[in-house]
Amino acid sequence: MDPLGVARWQFGITTVYHFLFVPITIGMAFFIAITETAWVRTRNTLYLRAAKFWGKIFLINFAMGVVTGIVQEFQFGMNWSSYSRFVGDVFGAPLAMESLLAFFLESTFIGLWIFGWDKLAPALHATCIWLVAIGTMMSAFFILAANSFMQHPVGFTMNTDRDRAEMSDIWTVLTQPLNVWAYTHVITGALLSGATMFAGISAYFLMKRRDVDIFRKSVRLGLVGMLIASLATIITGDLLAKVMTEVQPMKMASAEALWNTSAPASFSVFTIGTLDGSSEVWSLRVPGVLSFMATESFTGEVEGINDIQARYEEQYGPGDYRPIIPVTYWMFRLMMGAGFLLLLTSIVGLWLTRKGRLPKSKAVWVLAMLAIAGPMVGHSAGWIFTEMGRQPWTVVGLYRTSESVSPSVSGGAVLTSLITYTALYGILAVVEVGLVIKYVRIGAPGEAEALLSIRRGPPRRRGGGRQGVQSTDEHEDKPLTFAY
Amino acid sequence: MWLNVFWFLIIAFLWVGYFVLEGFDFGVGALLRLVGRDEKGRRVLINTIGPIWDGNEVWLITAGAFTFAAFPEWYASMFSGFYLALLVILVCLIARGVAFEYRGKGHSDRWRARWDLVILITSWLLALLWGVAFGNIVRGVPLNADHQYVGTFFDLLNPFALLMGLTTLGLFLTHGSVFLALKTTAQIRDRARGFALRLGPFVVLLLAAVVIWQRTFRGNVFSVGLGALAVVALVVALVITRTGRDGWAFIASIVATGALTSGWFAAMYPDVLPSNLNETWSLTIDNASSTPYTLTVMTWVALAFAPFVLAYQAWSYWVFRRRISAKQIPESPTSVPAH
Repeated sequence: MDPLGVARWQFGITTVYHFLFVPITIGMAFFIAITETAWVRTRNTLYLRAAKFWGKIFLINFAMGVVTGIVQEFQFGMNWSSYSRFVGDVFGAPLAMESLLAFFLESTFIGLWIFGWDKLAPALHATCIWLVAIGTMMSAFFILAANSFMQHPVGFTMNTDRDRAEMSDIWTVLTQPLNVWAYTHVITGALLSGATMFAGISAYFLMKRRDVDIFRKSVRLGLVGMLIASLATIITGDLLAKVMTEVQPMKMASAEALWNTSAPASFSVFTIGTLDGSSEVWSLRVPGVLSFMATESFTGEVEGINDIQARYEEQYGPGDYRPIIPVTYWMFRLMMGAGFLLLLTSIVGLWLTRKGRLPKSKAVWVLAMLAIAGPMVGHSAGWIFTEMGRQPWTVVGLYRTSESVSPSVSGGAVLTSLITYTALYGILAVVEVGLVIKYVRIGAPGEAEALLSIRRGPPRRRGGGRQGVQSTDEHEDKPLTFAY
Repeated sequence: MWLNVFWFLIIAFLWVGYFVLEGFDFGVGALLRLVGRDEKGRRVLINTIGPIWDGNEVWLITAGAFTFAAFPEWYASMFSGFYLALLVILVCLIARGVAFEYRGKGHSDRWRARWDLVILITSWLLALLWGVAFGNIVRGVPLNADHQYVGTFFDLLNPFALLMGLTTLGLFLTHGSVFLALKTTAQIRDRARGFALRLGPFVVLLLAAVVIWQRTFRGNVFSVGLGALAVVALVVALVITRTGRDGWAFIASIVATGALTSGWFAAMYPDVLPSNLNETWSLTIDNASSTPYTLTVMTWVALAFAPFVLAYQAWSYWVFRRRISAKQIPESPTSVPAH
């Protein structure tokens, strides 16, 4: 058996699966931090109850992101050892920074946050979730810096004796424009994920008219978040596309399946092509849009696949330098489609819930719940597009995917691990979704329960300052307010 | 190059830190039934490590990532060479991590019993397998001239490595029960101490045997000293456990775990992955390393941020320093709250 194909499937499956959880974690951490800060600032217990509810859902998801992340880091060495040897001098550094700066922060402060509700002062406790949120965002920065190096290697020199890339400028590796825009695109997309979770799950409660006073606030936070985040995702995506056109012309051309260099280039919303994807039969086109996306001008020239292929053959020798065009073409559209649909959803949602209105129609709320799938589709499609669009390279122009795989690992071993991960991930997905649904059904804690969990009495409503009443003194056998 | 030596020390420090920290939480997981006994008892055990196990595990992630950055050849050869063994380790880490978080989220005894089983099996396996893995690393693995692993999975199951696995298993169980003696009260604490005292002497023998065996094919004055220190520290830990000064006993058991694991690195130096086919094919701190530029960059990053990391992680241990008693554990739910 060919280890290369199996290893690629394994990378695809484990990475897409991992990234179902990551953006929700990044996004929800941020919006929970906002909610808890609102509690600390206003001492309105509605915010505390909301933070507690969202925290439960968040943690179910967070655990999955953490454990599936371990595989990601080990996989490079296990399946892609030749790649690791070639690129480790450059690629390892951002990964190491991610561990030291982000993972320790997240893991330590999530522990403090989960178990510290009654041990830390409210402001300090809220700081913990902010640190978790910052940790998750830093993590994304370093991992995207590493990924951007694969897409567009910079800040290195080639050592031909040892056949490896060696870092010459860390700052360039971390801050190349491709990474700046890829990072902002992913982070705004992650905030969109978190906001959509808030809006979509709140919709369930508002449809059932349960805890309306809590979820009215959460749905608005979610919808405003969705509006801002989807606009920001679209804008950063556009800026990313322009950098990409410059540094990875083949990827941009294959995103549009643009075979021949065109000026102006139109954007096709939908295409029916021949089965092998090598030419099109019919398409619905918007003139000039691809030119704009690629060059900021509606008449700009966009290089076509055939011309780039010819240029690469001259540069790198004979070979096929085209990614699988139908995959890149459709994933690109799926990603954009998800983004624009979510923007539309947020606008409609904000309009329908303006000034405290709550639509009676169930269909509206069900649609809002379905929107939760939107960011998952968008992120997955985006990653499949960007990684498949990089083929046949692992490091564009330097190192091919076919050279990257571990020479000492047999196809059977890779297949064993592919089957193991897929089965394990499948089981965990069922458990995870089951738990999320169960905890949504259980709903937010009541006021008394929420206050007890932070060992505080009801807040003094009038003239008593902002501090709630501290309850009983510390005692050895006092029950834990939270325990696993 | 002093940078290579420095990074060898940092990576050794991360692995040692990982085993010292996650070593006791493996022990706690493995003792779930033996020391925990009933539902409340098991929850006491899980809650002693609940807030901190994830932070402990990041030491492993960081050891992996730092190895990738500082010694890419070491990372590549080790992880691809130990392929199936690492697969088992990863599956255990995944299942175990989820189990801690999800166990308490169910509403039936059956649900909790299942996750208990996951915690139990994965903790035993991990405590054993890490020893087997490092036993092999210290012993040397079949690396060819290109630093590719040319052995099979079954080559990893040699007597020395298996004995090392038994040793880490025993050591982590003892380390975990000494930790539990420090963190729990009443009968649970008594059971933990009793377990440490009954198992401990056997572990001392295992430890002494494996340290001597290790010296027969690799080592130097430092690794021998660390091996002896491990044995002595474990004896001291057991003696202090008898007197009931749990804090000091735990410190001694940290020293024992730390000394055994740093002894591995001391024995290998300057190799990072010795080849048992031909000494010149071994990966060393020089032929496995990144460029001085990368090592310099990473040195600055590590020096700038590691103090903060150590400080806040220590602070989280301080926040959760209290003992946990069975009386403090709320009732486990047996039905989903209705609305």
